[in-house]
Amino acid sequence: MERNANLTGESKMKRTNEMIVAVAVLAVIVVITWGVFAVGDNMPRGVTQYSQDVYQLHNIVLGMVTVIGILVFTAMFTSIVLHRRSKGYQAAKFSHSTRAEIIWTSIPVLILVVMAVPATRVLIDMENTGGAEMNIKITGYQWLWKYEYIEDDISFFSALDRESNRARQLGSGINPRDVENYLLEVDNRLVVPTNTRIRFLLTADDVIHSWWVPELGWKRDAIPGMVNEAWTLIEEEGVFRGQCAELCGADHGFMPIVVEAVSPEAFRAWVSEQRQGLAEAAHDNARLWTREELMDRGHNVYQAQCASCHQGDGSGLEPAFPALVRDGAPTGDLETHLYTVLNGRDGTAMAGFRDRLQPEDIAAALTYARNAWSEDAGEVVQPSSIGSPDRG
Amino acid sequence: MSNTTTAHHDDHHGEHPTGLARWVFSTNHKEIGTLYLVFSLAMFLVGGAMALVIRAELFAPGLQLVNPEFFNQMTTMHALVMIFGAVMPAFVGLANWMVPMMIGAPDMALPRMNNWSFWILPFAFTMLLATLFMPSGAPAAGWTLYPPLSLQGGNSLAFVILAIHLMGISSIMGAINIIATILNMRAPGMTLLRMPLFVWTWLITAFLLIAVMPVLAGAVTMLLTDRFFGTSFFNAAGGGDPVLYQHIFWFFGHPEVYILILPAFGIVSEIIPTFSRKPLFGYTSMVYATASIAFLSFIVWAHHMFTVGMPLGAMLFFMYATMVIAVPTGVKIFNWIATMWRGSMTFETPMLFALGFVVLFTIGGLSGVMLAIVPANFQYHDTYFVVAHFHYVLVTGAVFAIMAAVYYWLPKWTGHMYDEKLGKIHFWWSTIWVNVLFFPQHYLGLAGMPRRIPDYAVQFTEFNMISSIGGFMYGFGQLLFVYIIWKCVRGGEKATAQVWEGARGLEWTVPSPAPLHTFDTPPLVEDNVAVHRDRLT
Repeated sequence: MERNANLTGESKMKRTNEMIVAVAVLAVIVVITWGVFAVGDNMPRGVTQYSQDVYQLHNIVLGMVTVIGILVFTAMFTSIVLHRRSKGYQAAKFSHSTRAEIIWTSIPVLILVVMAVPATRVLIDMENTGGAEMNIKITGYQWLWKYEYIEDDISFFSALDRESNRARQLGSGINPRDVENYLLEVDNRLVVPTNTRIRFLLTADDVIHSWWVPELGWKRDAIPGMVNEAWTLIEEEGVFRGQCAELCGADHGFMPIVVEAVSPEAFRAWVSEQRQGLAEAAHDNARLWTREELMDRGHNVYQAQCASCHQGDGSGLEPAFPALVRDGAPTGDLETHLYTVLNGRDGTAMAGFRDRLQPEDIAAALTYARNAWSEDAGEVVQPSSIGSPDRG
Repeated sequence: MSNTTTAHHDDHHGEHPTGLARWVFSTNHKEIGTLYLVFSLAMFLVGGAMALVIRAELFAPGLQLVNPEFFNQMTTMHALVMIFGAVMPAFVGLANWMVPMMIGAPDMALPRMNNWSFWILPFAFTMLLATLFMPSGAPAAGWTLYPPLSLQGGNSLAFVILAIHLMGISSIMGAINIIATILNMRAPGMTLLRMPLFVWTWLITAFLLIAVMPVLAGAVTMLLTDRFFGTSFFNAAGGGDPVLYQHIFWFFGHPEVYILILPAFGIVSEIIPTFSRKPLFGYTSMVYATASIAFLSFIVWAHHMFTVGMPLGAMLFFMYATMVIAVPTGVKIFNWIATMWRGSMTFETPMLFALGFVVLFTIGGLSGVMLAIVPANFQYHDTYFVVAHFHYVLVTGAVFAIMAAVYYWLPKWTGHMYDEKLGKIHFWWSTIWVNVLFFPQHYLGLAGMPRRIPDYAVQFTEFNMISSIGGFMYGFGQLLFVYIIWKCVRGGEKATAQVWEGARGLEWTVPSPAPLHTFDTPPLVEDNVAVHRDRLT
């Protein structure tokens, strides 16, 4: 800096200098920001009007905060480049500017108003859950979902599919990359019609869960003892995947959601197929099952429902999750076992399965758990002895 | 840590216990400050080790190292240890050391209570960490302890709750002490609006602590009785409401967030003027901005829980209130930059960490504005986007500010300059890797990865790997920080009283290392210049 130059000339030179450096700094920051956006992922656009509104809102706000960040950092780094003692820069003395402070208080207010207006509009739209053409009740359980189609009187559970479940065990030796849709596939998908306004009623049986499919544009908590509402109208056919988003215990990471959107016609066909299946299952309940049939079905039910806590070999994870078998014999008597499975155990993670599973599944799982690792226990539980789940 | 530093300075107060007794019975603000800081550093390493367990498991899809239950214990304990064990005690330690010296007081107002405030903490954390070895395991429901999930755990919950009560008692006593000191023990002429910004931010923080720690205590006590004594505060089947807990918790939790950041604002407001050789820009607006942020922190709590199903009006209120916070926070950032503007800057390690703070905290603040937008929050909530956001404000915010403070005041504490070259390496190493660690988490969240999961779908692999590599590099790099402190305590170039050419304020008028007792005779503060160098207020 030239000490001899007259003051106005010096300050003019300072200004020009600052402008040049600022432009250069701005260019560097813009390039870095561009790189940051280029390598990254963004939110999915989704398949509903709402999700697209959210996507747009997200991009607008992201754009605004990016510009703000770029300007702030440009000012800061311009100063860092220029105003350093190593270049002989002498410190100025100023410590206030009412005008500057008014400007940088009021401009952010205006920016926030600009953000708030579309945000309010989209939120009001989301919260209007009226005009539903069909209703689906979603209940979260540890760690699976139950879907009830209110008008069509269909209900089923939806849990992590078997292949993912096998691969995700600690030290399973299975490479997750070899499993299709690892952790994002279920045994029974939620099938819904496109172009239909669907209202969801969300609740939970045990702890708080949160139902989230990014392509639909929202998540909503499923809370025991409360019913939350949300809605969607899916515009394209397809399979959309999501996950539980609220920590709900050990297997929180393993309760995916798969929504399959089909044409309204295909949906009607699916509904009648389901209803027929239900009728057959009711008939199945009444008959006498063989031990092999029960063991076979029991293996699947046990792996899906019980193994994550009690382990695939019944050894449990003491003390949180008790062992079912010790020294080749079941750890308790059958009656207590059945009672616990039906009603759960208070103050523990053990849920009651009375309403969760069909009687034949409960009977099969019990038969399996008492025989699979025991020498000749010989106890067989028949579906007919469990009673209808609707009896409560 | 500073055994060697203060031992030979207890000149005029007669006999002083030595060895362990010196630390156990100490009522001296400097010794207690040291205890807090050492404790905090130890907890920072413990909590960091837990974070590395998390990042190791998340390095690749599939479960390789730990079972999901233990993973959840790690996420829960990592947060509790870092928040209550590392960041809060670090700030209290800094306040203990610096507040009396900055306002010209001989010690804290309540020295015996000061001793007790600290010595509760090792017991609280022994109890908390002991749950890891109990049959029912450590808490695994997240640091927020949401019921009903938190009530499913075993009896170890009682130990966690008692530990939280102890931490709360410690914090409240610490806060009372700081308020009593600041309001009663200022040197003559040290009017409120002459106080250094660090003192101001701590005064406001202390009021926040007193206001909200009892709220947390109430919330966890209700958990305790729900779990062990048959009440149903949060059990819908018994007439309670699980969401009530979240409202109470976040009524504590949001001010808590500002408890973790306001002292950091104060630190940065001390450091930037020193190394810019220019007064802090807009001193009074900084004070008012801090106070407004503190006030707003009480009316934004529900933005942590937009997805629980609130009435539209409530969501709009909390969205607007949250957005308003950007205004005073913006004022602070603009004022820091205006302080640098046309200064004569040098870039010693404290300044580097302060500048890193301004940049990276701003990134965290901007993603915070995005999170306030409710419809978009329905997508962001409980994803890695949120994890990225709060680690930017807490690690590159609060932790960077604490490190800046340690480098800034270490010569004053030990009487030696730290190794500047190593300090700079520590800064650049931390800054690069902390971004490798946390920036990709924004992408993961937007792409749909929920937080608090031990395993993930394969499309999230690359960014998780990058993040884990960043985590390990950043984490092990902090051992360098420990070494630099150790080296500085043991010896080094003698520090002058002023230490930094541009430093102003009473703490720089006492010798380095600061003798055990300072300002037995209060100094007279004649004008602003001596303190925060602002000539015009």
